[in-house]
Order: sequence, then structure tokens, then C-alpha cells
Amino acid sequence: MSDDALGWIGVPIAVAAGAIRICTPFLFVSLGECLTEISGRVNLGLEGTLVMGAMVGYGASLYTGSPWLGVLAAGLAGVVLGIIHALLCALPRVNDIAVGIALMLFGTGVAFFLGKPLIQPSAPRLPAIDFGGWCSNPNIHAALKINVLFFIGLALAPFLRWALRHTRAGMVLRVVGESSEAARAMGHNVDWVRLLATAGGGFFAGVGGSYLSLFYPGSWSEGLSSGQGLMAVALVIFARWDPVRCLWASLLFGGAGALGPALQSVNVTSCYYLFNAAPYVLTLVIMIISSSRHRTVAGMPLELVRVR
Amino acid sequence: MAPALNRFKPALGAILIPTLAVVVTMILFGIFVTLYHCDPVQTYALMYKGAFASSFSWGNTLERAAPLMLTALCTALPARIGLVIIGGEGAFVLGGLGAAAVGTWMTQEPLWLALVAMSLAGMVVGGVWIALAGVLRTYRGVNETISSLLLNYIAIALLNQIVEGVLRDPASLNKPSTIPLPDERMLPVMFGSEVHWSFGFGVIACVLCWILMNRSRFGFAASMLGGNARAAQLNGLSIGRLVLITCVVAGGAAGLAGAFEVSGEQGCASASLAAGYGYTGILVAFLARQQPLAIIPISVVLGGIVASGGLLQRREHLPDASVKVLEGMLFLSILASETLYGRWRWFDAPAPPATSPAPQPLMPLGEPPQAGASTAGAPGHAPEPTSAAAASAAAATDAKS
Repeated sequence: MSDDALGWIGVPIAVAAGAIRICTPFLFVSLGECLTEISGRVNLGLEGTLVMGAMVGYGASLYTGSPWLGVLAAGLAGVVLGIIHALLCALPRVNDIAVGIALMLFGTGVAFFLGKPLIQPSAPRLPAIDFGGWCSNPNIHAALKINVLFFIGLALAPFLRWALRHTRAGMVLRVVGESSEAARAMGHNVDWVRLLATAGGGFFAGVGGSYLSLFYPGSWSEGLSSGQGLMAVALVIFARWDPVRCLWASLLFGGAGALGPALQSVNVTSCYYLFNAAPYVLTLVIMIISSSRHRTVAGMPLELVRVR
Repeated sequence: MAPALNRFKPALGAILIPTLAVVVTMILFGIFVTLYHCDPVQTYALMYKGAFASSFSWGNTLERAAPLMLTALCTALPARIGLVIIGGEGAFVLGGLGAAAVGTWMTQEPLWLALVAMSLAGMVVGGVWIALAGVLRTYRGVNETISSLLLNYIAIALLNQIVEGVLRDPASLNKPSTIPLPDERMLPVMFGSEVHWSFGFGVIACVLCWILMNRSRFGFAASMLGGNARAAQLNGLSIGRLVLITCVVAGGAAGLAGAFEVSGEQGCASASLAAGYGYTGILVAFLARQQPLAIIPISVVLGGIVASGGLLQRREHLPDASVKVLEGMLFLSILASETLYGRWRWFDAPAPPATSPAPQPLMPLGEPPQAGASTAGAPGHAPEPTSAAAASAAAATDAKS
């Protein structure tokens, strides 16, 4: 299990493997947030959705015995939270950022409440696909066990980009996000479109949460999420509302998250906590670079400009 | 008779609408615990017992209300200039860390001097921390909500790193912490009660912030910026300075709370500083509609809810997260109730004369502070930071209406 056999060469391998392992929840939450934000709303509550999805996914997998039903249940839990967000935000004078903060607290609270009995038992996990059978080195072998959800995300990102550009539904979504007046003039129901987008975004975030509890780290605990849902929101800004760029950004974030454990394995432990904070610092730095005082970020849905 | 009634109508609305939200929350939470096979009536009775029934529970409640007041200010003050800052938790833990560092260093000085120095250290560290979010907002346009929340995680990492490293007490084995303050060098209690001076200073801080925000030139400028950023700019207000000062004061309040937590409660800085006071403070600020005086009673109520959590756990076997569920429901329904303001014509203030706005006493005599403070949020008068929490309030009102 130790990286001693590889020494320092093991660090980049561990970071690359960790990037793939850690990026999946980032990827799903950011794709979900991307969808929501393109419709012109910000859902800061996806952190709560992620934790909720992790709990529901684990519970459903435990009681049904099928991890895939767990993933589905996690997605549905995300849909419910997304619908709550969309319905509240559709009321006049209700601020979507504030509702997001409230949902973050509500989602984690409910997940911790209902998840109490799930801490002990062990639920069936999601299977991994083994690409490393050819390799005798156990480290590389372990690194090449990749979860199916990662590949689903990998396919989903270009699909969403295509769908947003070339399908009718994608066009409607973008019109609503760019100008609600124009969308209304065209006869679209803005609140309904946003409800669908937020619910869909919640589904993805819930699935991302189920990855946390069903694959990596692979159990339910209250410290499971460390702000991934929130970082994903920042990541969407960095990715400039493009699903494929969300994929690259998630990989980058996954790598940053893998840095601390990778260095620990070669006995660089002196600044363990600081290395673990690397993703947050990276997010902040990226936000500083990609924001500007004078102009709105390129590619931002115009309906979001007011909440920037 | 009628004019007098008209004058109080907006205040009445400002009381009735949150009350309605609280009732809705209690019904929802009641259903929630019923599904968990608990008797809701008994649950609420226990909560009352754990929060307000005896002098012991009052002591517990007020002890928890003090940090909530100060962390709520960390969200409420920036909200007045249109910023949504939720970094109170980070400023809280780093303020506590700063205070603990000073406390371990000043062991020989007189007690009052050490306590003042610790509190100042907490305020400075917290102020600088939130100022970071403000500066990034002003000079780089970085979304302050996300950056302040990220700063929370970074602050907790810093706390863990320093507590495990440079400042670690060699005697703390399983749970690393700084060297604990001896009992006689802790924050004293108020007038022989069970409650530390942190509560008194919390109230004082809220009153001072109310004066700063509602009775000073600075507060006027801040309200202007929160109401209409462009108008403020055209009037020659220095936005950067306003943002910076507000963020420093806000972060200072949260940092002070952390310092009190160390000097009054825990005696040392450790990972248990991050107990969520910063997050509950956000809820308090929104419940108080960002009014500093309203924060005082609402902190006491929320402090009571938090304090009763342990009793619920022991007697009803509800998980400790039940308090979080209740808080989340309360938060959601209070935000949903925002939509009711200005809906019912009856509560509207009589139309002001064309030239000058109707006089709106901010603090009518003989009225509870909550109601008095809330009149400032009456529809159609003072700018409304809560609903216009978006960066540019002008743009927000355009888009919402």
C-alpha cells in the first residue's frame, strides 16, 4: 500500500489518480450548477444538495442492496431540494443567494439528522472498472480502478455543451438566462424553465454526492463533504459557463485535492492541513484571476450580472 | 386615533410577517418530528424548558446568545452596503486563535490588560480576514459570498495547522490545543451571575453598530451605497473606503466573539472553536432583517434553541442535528416571507406628501427594539438591504420588479 516503492515518482501518479477519483463530485456539481446558472439563477445550496445526496444514496444502497438505486435516489433528493430553491426564488422579492445559503444549512441539517443511523452499517458500493490488470505495481493498479460515474460525467460534459448549442431546449434555457424579458416575449414561461433547470442541476449535484458516500471515500459520515459543493459553484465561474471547461476545471481541482494525501504518503507531513486547504486557495486565486472590477466575466449569462 | 394607528401599521406588519414565518416553521418542524415518532408538543415544551425555564437554562441561553450577536453583526453590517458576507465562522475561529496566542504570551501582565489585548487581537485578526473579502470585491470584483465562504475553510485549515504546530501545548495529546489559560485568568462573569461579560459586550456592540449604521454620517453613506451604488458613486462617496471600514468592523465583531469564546468558555484554541456559531449568526442576521438592535432579542431566542439541543438529544432521543433542521426551516420560511412585505395594502404606511417623506421614527418610545428597528425596513422608505442584497441594488430592483 505504501508509495515507498515509487518514492517521489509516486507523487505525480498519486496526484493524477487522485484527480480522477476526487474530481467526479466536482464535475457533477459543477455541471448541475452550470445548468442552473445558464437559466439565470445561482443555487448556492448545492453544498447542501451534495451532502443530502450522499446520505440518501448511501441509505438507499443499504436498504435496497443496489448502489445504482442509491445513485438514482440521491439524484431525486437533489431534485426535491432544487424544486424548493426554484419555487422560493420564483416568489417576488426573494433573493436566490440567500435562499441558497438557507438550503445549504437545511440540506446538511436534514442529512445529518436522517443520516445518524447510517454511520455504522456498510452499504454496497459502486463498482469500479479495472484498467490496471496489466500492471504489477499495486499503486498504479489501484490508481487505474476508475468508477463508472466518472465516465458518465466525462460523456455528459460534451453532451451538455452540444445540447445547449444545438437543441431547442438548450436554446430556450439560454434565452431565459440571457434575457427573461425576451423569453417572456417569445412565450416561454421563465419560472417553469428555471424550475426545470434548477431541479436538473439538483439531480446532478445529488448524484455527485452519492459518489462521495458510495465510492470515494466510500462511507457516510458527517465530515464527508468539505465544501466541494461550494467550490463547484466557484468553478463554474472559472469555467465560464461551459460544460466542457467544467470538466477540465474539475480535474484541476481534483489534482489540488489529491496533493495533500500524495505528499503525506512520501512523508511530507509538516504542512498537512495547509496542503489540504490547497483546493480552497486555488479556488480563491482562480476567482481573483478570472474576475474583473470593470467588466463582467466573459460568457456570463446576462441575467446573472445583477447578482455578480 | 386613525393617524396614530397608521403610523404603526408598517411596524405591525414587520412584526406579524416574521411571526407568521415562525408559526409556519413550528408547524413544519412539528410534522418533521412527528414523522420521527416524537410528540411535537412535548418537543417544544422541552425546548422551552432547556432554553428559558430556569436560571440555569437562561444562563446557558445567554452564554450562546453572546457569540451569535457578534457573528450576526458580521453578516448584518455588510448587508447594509449590499454585500452578502457569510465568512463569520472563519473570522470567529481566527479571532479565537489570535486571542489564544496573545493569552499564552501575556501570562504576567494584569488580568484586565491581558483580556483587553486578547480581545483586540481577536478583533484585528477577524477584521483583517473579512476585509480580505471586501478588498477582493472592490478591487477585483470577486463575488464576496463565495470568497468569504472559501475563507472559512482556509481559516479552519490555518487554525488546525497552527494549533498542531507552532502553538501546540505539548501536554495536549489526543486533541491538540494551545496552552490553556488558568481559571483565574479567564473572562469574569457579570454581576455574580452565571453569564460572562461576553454577553454584555455583545449587547454593547449591537447598540454601537446601530448608532454607527442608523445615526451617523457613515451609516447614512453606507445606506446610500446599499440602496443605489451608482447614486452613491455619483455623489462622490468613496466606495472602497466604505466597503473596507464596514468589513473591518464586521469581521472585528466576529473575531471578538472568537476571542470571548477562548477567554470566557474554552480557555484555549482548538479545532472545537469551529462549532458553527458563524453559520448560525448568518441566520440571526437574516431573521433580524440586518438590523443591529433586532439582533439582540433574536440572538437570545436562537441561543435558546441551540442550548436546548442537548436536552432534546437526551430526553427525546432526537439527533443533535435536529437543531440544524429547525434552523434551516426557519431560514427558508423567513426568506419566503420576504415576499409578503408590501403585499397587504393595509400594512402600508400612508402615502407621504409629495415633497418630503413621512417622518419615520426609527425608535419610537415604549416600543420593543425589534419593532422600532424594523420600521427602517418598511416598504417604500429606507433602502432595503435584505432584498437588494445583490451587488448592485439598482440593478436588482430593475430585474426583480
